Amino acid sequence: MSAAAPTLIARRGPADLSLGVWTVAAAVLLFMVVVPLAWILVASVHSDQDNRLTPANYIEAFTTSIYLQPVRNSLILAALVAVIAVVFGTVLAWAVSRTDMPGRTLIRMLTFASFVTPSFLGATAWIFLAAPHSGWLNRAWVALTGAPRGFLNIYSLAGAVCVIALYSYPYAFAFVSSALELVPSEMERSAQLLGANWLRTTWRITLPLVRPAIIAGALMSFLEAIAEFGTPAFLLIPARQQVITTQLYLFFQYPSRPNLAAAYALPLLAVTASLFLLQQRLLRRGRFTTVSGKGGVRVPFRLGPWRWPVFAICMAPPIFSLILPYTALLATSLSHAWGRGPVPGNLTFAWYHWALVENQGARRAIAHSVSYAAAAATIATVLAVFSAYAVGRRLLPGARILGYLAMAPFVVPGIVLAIGFFAAYARPPLVLYGTAWMLIVAFATRFLPIAYAGSESALRSLDLELENAARTLGSGRLRTFGRITIPLLRRSILANWLMVFIPSLRELSSAVFLFTPATAVITNVIFDLSDEGNFEPLSALGIIMMGLTFGLVAVAYRLFGGAVFGQRQRA
Amino acid sequence: MAEIRLAGLEKRYGAVAALRGITLTVQDGELVALLGPSGCGKTTTLQILAGFLIPDGGEVWAGDRLISSPKGAVPPERRRMSLVFQSYALWPHMTVSQNVGFGLEMRRLAREEIADRVRRILGVAGLGGYEQRYPHELSGGQQQRVALARALVVRPDTLLLDEPLSNLDAALREQMRFEIRRIHKETGITTVYVTHDQAEAMVIADRIAVVNAGQIEQVGTPQEIYETPQSRFVASFIGGANCLPARVLEPGRVRCGDLELRTMDDGRFRPGDDVVLCIRPHAVRVRGAAGGDAARDNAALGRLVQHAYLGDLQDLRIMLGNLPIRALTSGRARYRPDDQLLVELPAEACRLVRT
Repeated sequence: MSAAAPTLIARRGPADLSLGVWTVAAAVLLFMVVVPLAWILVASVHSDQDNRLTPANYIEAFTTSIYLQPVRNSLILAALVAVIAVVFGTVLAWAVSRTDMPGRTLIRMLTFASFVTPSFLGATAWIFLAAPHSGWLNRAWVALTGAPRGFLNIYSLAGAVCVIALYSYPYAFAFVSSALELVPSEMERSAQLLGANWLRTTWRITLPLVRPAIIAGALMSFLEAIAEFGTPAFLLIPARQQVITTQLYLFFQYPSRPNLAAAYALPLLAVTASLFLLQQRLLRRGRFTTVSGKGGVRVPFRLGPWRWPVFAICMAPPIFSLILPYTALLATSLSHAWGRGPVPGNLTFAWYHWALVENQGARRAIAHSVSYAAAAATIATVLAVFSAYAVGRRLLPGARILGYLAMAPFVVPGIVLAIGFFAAYARPPLVLYGTAWMLIVAFATRFLPIAYAGSESALRSLDLELENAARTLGSGRLRTFGRITIPLLRRSILANWLMVFIPSLRELSSAVFLFTPATAVITNVIFDLSDEGNFEPLSALGIIMMGLTFGLVAVAYRLFGGAVFGQRQRA
Repeated sequence: MAEIRLAGLEKRYGAVAALRGITLTVQDGELVALLGPSGCGKTTTLQILAGFLIPDGGEVWAGDRLISSPKGAVPPERRRMSLVFQSYALWPHMTVSQNVGFGLEMRRLAREEIADRVRRILGVAGLGGYEQRYPHELSGGQQQRVALARALVVRPDTLLLDEPLSNLDAALREQMRFEIRRIHKETGITTVYVTHDQAEAMVIADRIAVVNAGQIEQVGTPQEIYETPQSRFVASFIGGANCLPARVLEPGRVRCGDLELRTMDDGRFRPGDDVVLCIRPHAVRVRGAAGGDAARDNAALGRLVQHAYLGDLQDLRIMLGNLPIRALTSGRARYRPDDQLLVELPAEACRLVRT
């Protein structure tokens, strides 16, 4: 050792690249999240006509009655969806987690399948089933009863409520069932020993214990419903009953009013953001801490003669969200014309041939969907793991802000994010519009929170000492990250990739705004086909898209088991 | 190799002061144990020493190198220190030889030399034949030895051990104490050993630094710490002691409750000082009430309140007036609650410390 004067090497010497690497990650987040949202704010206070600074957009958006009606409709729609979804979700969660009902695994799987199915595809299927005159259920009703007309009309607010609820009850189910699995049976048994029957026990003990989860599930369904674009576009635009998201879409039709749209979108963003914060507080609050331990033994309630009736009730949501819709989609995709119904002469495979071979546009859309989703999943996963690490290890001053940024897109409805991207990147200095990157970056941003949350919890369960051990043995921060942290997070990274890929593949709301004919994805083609009333090729494309999706889900399930889907692992 | 010098280390977590001026010099080649209850700051000290935490005050020197101060710190990877963690921190995705070879790889040694050194240290550690196993395929004791081998194979200037034995069962723990002692003797690496187990510290350490509430209470050889504790905390934490409030009357004489007792006098206290009289339970002698002269024997009559039979010893709780006294006696007399006993506190076993 030299006898030189004491030297103090700064904590982050010049040889340490890590600060640079994490600064880049922060910059990318800024570009993906902050810039588009900031542009919405800027656009909202500028006139569509002469680009002057003005509050006129807000005044117009929130004093004109034709623009206020959609706000009212959105609130009604979201509230009704939340109520229906939470009732179904809670009943199913209770039956699956706490009873000896037969087919519990089946219900769980079907609920997950409903979660994966985009509601706009369900909406399309329900058009076949419940369109006012031609819907199969209506025609069956007429044939059976001799009534002049069927009673179902899917082109209505009620129709949209039902369809969206069918695909958002899985949120409530997931929240409530994971909370129920932590309630130890002792709590219920104590109540029973004190003389309460099972109904009273459930009502007075079990459900109150998981109340935060129930409320969180309701808020989540509300959030999804108010941000939903596809189903309202398919069912409510024809009915001329707009909600906020479809009204935003109409602002971009000729004559387009992008700045008015920005002003109209911001309050929606404020609502979703505050609901999300409320939900986070509910889930964090320590009042129900008994529900956090490992819990004692859990003994299922014996339903006795009620086993099958309860099962029948639990099958209702999957029947309406999966079995009927997929049957309708499949039948239509194999028909010359869906209106003729499933009769022998109507069978054809032509639409699959059309989508996979014949039609270049459809083929390219499929290829685009897969490649864009893969690119988006890669970007989101890499960014998520870097930023979650920077936050978890407090590598940058104010690192926590990075975490908030990465989670922020969660509360941004797809259509609002698209408006922001359009405002920010359809003009110099950075023109992404017209390129594949517009869609890729938008998808990556939209689903970044999934990857971030996954990386964050994986990092938190990783013992810090594993990294520190490498540091003391002479490995720098960045090398430790590459040699120790990443290999240990391998599985979680792959899971995150799939969990971003799957929703990117079926993303509609942002794609509708950001595509150009050269960059159309499957959902763009589906949207156009629906607009034109070409339901047979639409169904074929939809089936192909869901085939890809469920294939990937199967792969993920094989690799990671139920844990990927929030199912608690049992030792 | 170099001595390690901690000078006035301070660390705060929010409003809580975790370290309040830790000063300690570890001689080149010495093994010093930081001993204290959980939350006393010993692990924080180690984290600063390893470079994972920046102190809020004070400095750490390795020989003539300043390696930590509030202005910054040499990063852990450039300190030539190895740390053995309580959890072992073996990397689950690497085999035993990959774990042990990692540090050598970081030092850019040739592949053959890495293989050679890994093989040799695994042989020494009694892990020959386990090279290709993964950590989860090893027993707790084997994992512990892999962690030690991984720390030692890089020949660090300083070895830090953070409660390395606390996850082992009692028999293995006792065996590993001597093992670590032997390794230290052979390698002569300057070592800092953190533990809350006084027996462990006494077997292993050249010197013990007793840490309490973010400060070092006393530094000394195991014998000095045990025999001449300088504070009430050290006396009761090491070996356990009866601690009675007392006031010095004259050198070697104190008043303790209603009693006047003779004590050892090391000249630290003056008449009128408030002090604490410490006497170990083993040193307290108990006799039947009839036998002896209370004043001459530094003794007093007491009442037995609680009594437990431990086989080779009896554990007695006695009230001397309003002073509670614990005595461990090997006598075979039979006692009953409320027995009157003559309790003798031999003057040579009565030690005075600061309050």
